[in-house]
Order: sequence, then structure tokens, then C-alpha cells
Amino acid sequence: MKNHISNTAALTFSLLSGLIFGIGLILAGMANPAKVLAFLDIAGLWDPSLGLVMAGAIGVGLIAFAVAKRRNLSYLGFSIQLPTNRVIDKRLVLGSLAFGVGWGLVGICPAPAFVLLGVGSSKGIIFVIAMVIGMGIYELLESFKKSGNK
Amino acid sequence: MLIDWNNFTPWTALAGGALIGVASALFVLFNGRIAGITGILGGLLRPKLRDISWRVAFIIGLIAAPLTWLLFAPLPDIQIDASNTLLAVAGLIVGIGTRYGSGCTSGHGVCGISRLSPRSIIATVAFMASGVLTVYVVRHVLGA
Repeated sequence: MKNHISNTAALTFSLLSGLIFGIGLILAGMANPAKVLAFLDIAGLWDPSLGLVMAGAIGVGLIAFAVAKRRNLSYLGFSIQLPTNRVIDKRLVLGSLAFGVGWGLVGICPAPAFVLLGVGSSKGIIFVIAMVIGMGIYELLESFKKSGNK
Repeated sequence: MLIDWNNFTPWTALAGGALIGVASALFVLFNGRIAGITGILGGLLRPKLRDISWRVAFIIGLIAAPLTWLLFAPLPDIQIDASNTLLAVAGLIVGIGTRYGSGCTSGHGVCGISRLSPRSIIATVAFMASGVLTVYVVRHVLGA
């Protein structure tokens, strides 16, 4: 069993997955923040398209994860690592609520942010930098918490 | 509820969604990992040497997507109305929130719901609800 997915085949599949994911986002309209906001604006002139994006993705995903759950090893021989945490806690709910606020303010979530980076949009670059700083703040807060517990 | 039929794009939405599903399928079935952008990116801020390259490769794939698209067709409309300040504030909130919530639209919304994970279903309901509420407040209460 190999835990480190760092050989050429694995990197190729990483790159390919990211590429197909990004092309899917563009085709779906998710890379257009105005369209994302039109989906979230149910009290305005509502564009339900992104509900179908979720449906299409989950339709394929249900099959893939049903297969993945029955296997220990991937087709390349790596261990399949699915999340094991089943606790529904404040972190999960408050974190997700906060994420939704940021998403609702501008219509950008993490994956489309990188597509916007590839488009060369200066607004996309600003969002990505701020998002990475936000994730860095999380790491800092977590490390303070850990050292405080010692 | 008024539906914006002129901008409703059911077929490209379904097809694009299916491609996102295919990407997540390839990633879990060949590499054994969840295609969650929050986790993939967040892991780079806690770097483990042999764990960096596949994360970077996935992100390069995302960035290369519009460039690859441009080889075949012009990109569809991309419209960002938010100011730079608002983008920076929203980016910060998204970065912190997704890490505390252990995922975003990809990890919870697509992969998690596909795994039928109760955690991911709750997370998705939470961020969809607060996203809808935020847009409601911004557009219909503040009238921005």
C-alpha cells in the first residue's frame, strides 16, 4: 500500500482532475460570479442553473463514491482516504455559515477562484490572496490553541 | 419566485456538473483522495514534503482550465461586480470559514453529498443558507 501519491501517474491524474474540474466549472457557469450570485438571489430574478450543476456532479459522484467505498486501494494502488470524522460540531456549522457569507458577498468559492486566476482577472488574484491569508490565519489560530493546551 | 428564464442554462449546467463529477471520480478512484479544494489548498499551508506535488498539480490543473478552454473557444462571460475591498474581505472570510468548516462547495457540496456524509449535508445546507441570506441582505435590504 502506498500512501504518498507522488509518482508520475498520480501527478498526471491530479493535474487531469484539476483540469477537468476547472473546465466543468467554466461550462457550468460557476466561474462567472454574477451567475453564482443570480443562483443565490432567490428573492430576485432567480437563475436556478447552479442547482443543476450540483445535480450533475452528484449524479456522477454517487456512483464513483459507491465504488470507492467498496475498495481499500485506488486503481493506482494508493490507499483510498475518505474522511472518518462524523462529529457534527460548532466548528463545522459556524465555519460553513461563515463561508456562505463570504461566498454570498462576491459569488466566488475556492475552486472557481483558481479558474479566475487562470483567466488573469486581477479581482480573482485579490480574492485568492485574501483566501490564502484567511487559511493562514486559521493555521495560526489553531497553533496558538494547541500551544495553549499544552 | 421569479425565474430568470433568459439566463437559465440547464444543459450546460448539467454537463458542466457532470464533468465536475467525473473529475472528482477520477481523483478518488485513481489517487484515493477527495477533490475538495479547501483541503487540497489548506494542506499546502501545513506542508508535508511528499504531499506537496499532487496538491500543486491539481491546482495547476484548475488554473490551466481557462487557458485550455481558450485553445478551442472563447471564454463565456465572466462578470465580477464586487469592489477590490469587498473581494479581499470576502476572500478572508472564505479562507477562514472553509478551514473551520473543513470544506467548501467541492469537498462538502459535491464529494461529501455523493458519499452521503451527514456532516457534508449539514455543511452544504449551512453555506447555501447563509449565502442566500447574504445576497438577500445585500441586494434587497441594503439595496446595493
